[in-house]
Amino acid sequence: MWEILQNPIFQITIRSLHISGTATLLSTLWSLPLGILIGMKSFPGKQFAKGIFNALLGMPTVALGLILYLLFSRTGALGFLHLFPSPQAIIIGQAILVTPIIVSLTTSAVESVDPEIADLAKTLGASELEASLAVLRESIGGVVLAIIASFNRAIAELGVALAVGGNIRGFTQVLTTTIALEVNRGKIEYSIHLMIILLAIVFTITLLTNLLQRRIK
Amino acid sequence: MKTLIELKKIKKSYKEITALDDVSLKIREKEIFTVVGPNGSGKTTMLKIMAFIDEPTSGEVFFYGEKISNRNQARKKSTMVFQKTTLFSTTVYKNVAYGLKLRGYSKKETEEKVKEALSLVKLVGYEKRLAKKLSGGEQQRVSLARALALNTQLLLLDEPTANLDPKNVSIIEETISRVNREFKTTIVMATHNMFQAETLTNRVALLLGGKIAQIGTPQEILRGPSINLASFARLENVFSGKSKIVQEGTSVIVVDDGLKIEAALKKSGKVTVFVRPEDIIVSKKIMSSSARNVFKGKIVEVSDFGPVVKLRVDAGKDFVVQITKRSFVEMQLNVGSTVFLTFKASSVHLI
Repeated sequence: MWEILQNPIFQITIRSLHISGTATLLSTLWSLPLGILIGMKSFPGKQFAKGIFNALLGMPTVALGLILYLLFSRTGALGFLHLFPSPQAIIIGQAILVTPIIVSLTTSAVESVDPEIADLAKTLGASELEASLAVLRESIGGVVLAIIASFNRAIAELGVALAVGGNIRGFTQVLTTTIALEVNRGKIEYSIHLMIILLAIVFTITLLTNLLQRRIK
Repeated sequence: MKTLIELKKIKKSYKEITALDDVSLKIREKEIFTVVGPNGSGKTTMLKIMAFIDEPTSGEVFFYGEKISNRNQARKKSTMVFQKTTLFSTTVYKNVAYGLKLRGYSKKETEEKVKEALSLVKLVGYEKRLAKKLSGGEQQRVSLARALALNTQLLLLDEPTANLDPKNVSIIEETISRVNREFKTTIVMATHNMFQAETLTNRVALLLGGKIAQIGTPQEILRGPSINLASFARLENVFSGKSKIVQEGTSVIVVDDGLKIEAALKKSGKVTVFVRPEDIIVSKKIMSSSARNVFKGKIVEVSDFGPVVKLRVDAGKDFVVQITKRSFVEMQLNVGSTVFLTFKASSVHLI
């Protein structure tokens, strides 16, 4: 047992799950309310806001990584935080990276709910708040999908983790950074092991979500 | 009789459009009140104001004489069934239980009330089914049960039987009159269906262009001569012509292009009549029956409303007929098919 815990592959896997999981949850804190708000309310500039988040969906991870590196490095504007290099810096970076995914997918999930649902809840006795909750419950499938897609994007990205984490052994090494660098060093077999683990995580989570979505109905 | 809900000088505008214009109306306790009118006349808006979902632009709403200012609280007094069946994507049970949960009923009370409501609409045993997987008629019955479970003083129905097949229509109509009879529920219903307005209800209001044009008993509104009713846009199969009494009890109406319609009416001179689309039987071969009117025609248009299909048939004049989707498929009908239309002289109604 101790051996497994000491195994670098195991440690890297756990670190990856921990960093990307935390990043996704952190991002959910602000992205989910934001997505719901954009989806439910009508306000001037709504289309513009949606457009911005849609455009940011395609943000290249290396670009975000570079920007964060410039901010977090010792001479950067946020250098005083001493976050470079650290797992915390990767968490912040990935949280920013997945924000547009959660916001956009949540917005469209909420918007796709039958517009009569809010009125229906109200006529059955719901207050404005309870009616909003009813709409949210109808869009739950889309919201869960948004969060899962974000996690998958976070755990599979390389640019941010490499730029602000630096692939330091036993500290900021995650699955993607390790694969990238070990391939360069010719350790193909080791890389393939890591790749299989990465794929297994992504596929398992997607599969579980599908099953879960069927159960909640 | 006591007034349950009163609308006083209600006006509702959406930006440029005025949906309701100075509507004042008193609904009496325990009555079934019908609102008829063409599409866009403001029926739904009026119901939504009585359901306390929409706020009027101006005017006041009174419930048992008390002015309603807090719509959040007032909402528990009335409940509405929408024209477009709207369901939560969950089981039948959870759909029906939703409003009960909001009212804080215990699990056991909720179970009892859900069961009672489902038995009213004949859907006991459907509790665990996914509501959205049911047929159109069953879905509408779930919506009705969901409203009935709450047993509110006021029940608002927006065209509850629109686009349903006859079996579901009769279950819903039966439920409506039973609820009114047994639970003394006051019901306000919007409908296009003249027959419902006539047979189910105590009073009828005719809404035209956001204003109440007429209000009275079904006989006064539907039987009496009325210019308003003649302009009722959605009324189909409306024919004007000269009527002649031929035998005791029936008249032959010669419509402009020479079409002759036999009607169980005693009236001569210029008349306008209508035949309900669901009263016309469609067959591929000529039928021998007691029905006095048989016309041969060609289908010129098919519109699909889910469980029912509406056909426009050119038989000298355009007739709109309504049949179930199943009949439509089994008879292998399509645009261009030749069909015979059959209806009874007693299905011809005078406007």
